[in-house]
Amino acid sequence: MAEKGKKIPRQAMPEQDPKVRAHNFDEVPYGYDEKLAQLEAQRCLQCKKPQCVKGCPVEVEIPQFIQYIVDGDFAAAARQLKNKNSLPAVCGRVCPQESQCEQTCILGKKGEPVAIGRLERFAADYERNHNLVTIPEVPPPTGKRVAVVGSGPASLTLAGDLIKKGHEVIIYEALHTPGGVLVYGIPEFRLPKAIVAAEVDYLQKMGVKIETDVVVGKTVTVDELLEDHDAVFLGVGAGLPLFLNLPGENLCGIYSANEYLTRSNLMKAYKFPEYDTPIARGKVVAVIGAGNVAMDAARTALRLGAETVKIVYRRSRAEMPARAEEIHHAEEEGVQFELLTNPVRFIGNEEGWVTGMECIRMELGEPDESGRRRPIPIEGSNFTMECDMVIVALGTRANPLIPSTTPDLKLNKWGYIEADPDTGATSKKGVYAGGDIVTGSATVILAMGAGRKAANAIHEYLMGQG
Amino acid sequence: MAEGTVCQLEVEAPRVAKKAKPGQFIVLRIDEKGERIPLTMANQNLEKGTITIIFQVVGKTTAHLAKLEPGDALIDVIGPLGMPTHIEKYDGPVICVGGGTGVAVLYPITRGYKQAGNEVIGIIGARTKDLLILEDEMRAVTDDLRITTDDGSYGHHGFVTDVLKQILEERDNVKMVVGIGPVPMMRFVCKTTEPFNVPTTVSLNPIMVDATGMCGACRVTVGGKTRFVCVDGPEFDGHQVDFDELTQRLRMYMEEEKKSYELFKQKHA
Repeated sequence: MAEKGKKIPRQAMPEQDPKVRAHNFDEVPYGYDEKLAQLEAQRCLQCKKPQCVKGCPVEVEIPQFIQYIVDGDFAAAARQLKNKNSLPAVCGRVCPQESQCEQTCILGKKGEPVAIGRLERFAADYERNHNLVTIPEVPPPTGKRVAVVGSGPASLTLAGDLIKKGHEVIIYEALHTPGGVLVYGIPEFRLPKAIVAAEVDYLQKMGVKIETDVVVGKTVTVDELLEDHDAVFLGVGAGLPLFLNLPGENLCGIYSANEYLTRSNLMKAYKFPEYDTPIARGKVVAVIGAGNVAMDAARTALRLGAETVKIVYRRSRAEMPARAEEIHHAEEEGVQFELLTNPVRFIGNEEGWVTGMECIRMELGEPDESGRRRPIPIEGSNFTMECDMVIVALGTRANPLIPSTTPDLKLNKWGYIEADPDTGATSKKGVYAGGDIVTGSATVILAMGAGRKAANAIHEYLMGQG
Repeated sequence: MAEGTVCQLEVEAPRVAKKAKPGQFIVLRIDEKGERIPLTMANQNLEKGTITIIFQVVGKTTAHLAKLEPGDALIDVIGPLGMPTHIEKYDGPVICVGGGTGVAVLYPITRGYKQAGNEVIGIIGARTKDLLILEDEMRAVTDDLRITTDDGSYGHHGFVTDVLKQILEERDNVKMVVGIGPVPMMRFVCKTTEPFNVPTTVSLNPIMVDATGMCGACRVTVGGKTRFVCVDGPEFDGHQVDFDELTQRLRMYMEEEKKSYELFKQKHA
């Protein structure tokens, strides 16, 4: 225990050596032990009007859970978290705390904010690892049935909220494993799949039913779901990968980040041939884009044996959309950055495999509509970058499977579902939507916030039905 | 089961059976460590809630499928996926051309054209007589069924395209050709119909992972544009398909596929 009055610095989280971890799929940070967690928890000032809570899209009761850690009642801390957040072990790992709760922490004004995310992770892991998870009692059944389409963070949050209100909740998932982007998108070294499975298991123990292998829009339509459910929530994510539409983009060895990560994470291609799904193991890999998904893809390529992995990004370091922590981890592991560079075409050999990319150098001009300085090609600066694999990580668009079979569902001009930002209500009665399918690619926690709001609105709607 | 064997499985999948339309396909996975592979449905039985899949043993997953016994279970069956065949009544004959296991895909489409009131001519072929499938079924849904074998063991000695060309020369009012089979066969069907200016539909079977439009593994170039076979297809205007690219992309994991199959054969020797 620290002496009273003595300033405790923000506690670092021990992690695997970068040289070692660049070759394995084990999780990068080890997490706090009890001592470190308590030391860090003591830094919290227990503000009367906590600003951190306002920074959290699901309004976790942050000072309360931290106080339980100070007191040494770690299981109580986890239960406090779960009052507001059904996926604390996930959020503790993948939330951008630096731009949410930790950004508004009062300690951050002069020094470093409380490591809220690390504490959240610690409490959730402690509870799970010590078999202290208790299943809350659910109220008597209301007799209402809700269909939840997709099983990513928005849907899981909503399912947890509605089951606790006594409604029957059935999740329909298109893939064979529930979890959405948490299982197909985020790699094992950043979010172990056993943790996602445990959070899903928790919901199932509360009574949430999950049917996998159901492609809504194909296997059943939204209208058919409405025949035997009182409400439908669409939390299907934005699943259509963007490509550059450049010559040669369909050469072998060029992947969308979605495909590359799905093969590795969902299909466990990194364990081929123990698992049947193969994945190309490039030696010199170019990853186009600089968001979190690009960092995940680049770090996966390293772990699959690449000698050189380059992030190719058309703007400069300052504009990279990935979290600072992800960029830092990638850099530590040896990922290189080819900034202010844009591909113009892909070059292949006789077998149709990619062998390189013709690129052009860029410079930054005036800010564009996104507020970032517009990249402008420098004429005559073309050069060839050799590579034997390319991963295109430019983001995603809305998948048209559901809209194309639900004609009365209103969409915006980009094909995303139009939904009330406060309730998730769509143009179709009894149908709600939230997460990336409404906002476009965003974060896990924002999707969870949307799930929370839609759950409240659906509950009101169902109870008003009589 | 030897490589090249053609097998048929009836799978209980009531939701899929209820929804399946000609031209659509399923994705299946045999067990926890298995890959997701797309296969086309030859038939469905609404009363029993089953679908029939026909496939040729070409690698580990199909060899494993062929070893399954009645009562065994598949861990995942997902579908029906892809766009159904656009079927209409034409004022001239429709020719349905199938090669190898492509006949399984062709059969429900042929039936659809027949049920829509078309005059339907069928041409089905295989390497040899023993590999020919669905002859009786195809005969029942066509006005005229022609058969070819590469080795001359049954029907016309030669390729389906020989017979196709002959019919196109004899009948000048053919309105539509559907060609489904191995990629080289589909390419030659398209080459055969091109000088006659007859619209030609092919059904593509590239490598897929999720098969719901999420990954883009199945992308093909059609008319200079990239399309996803799993959601935009599987059927396209054959005269617009870049078959070279499709062939190359189908070979992307040849070495891994060989390795997987060898390991499987060693284990089950």
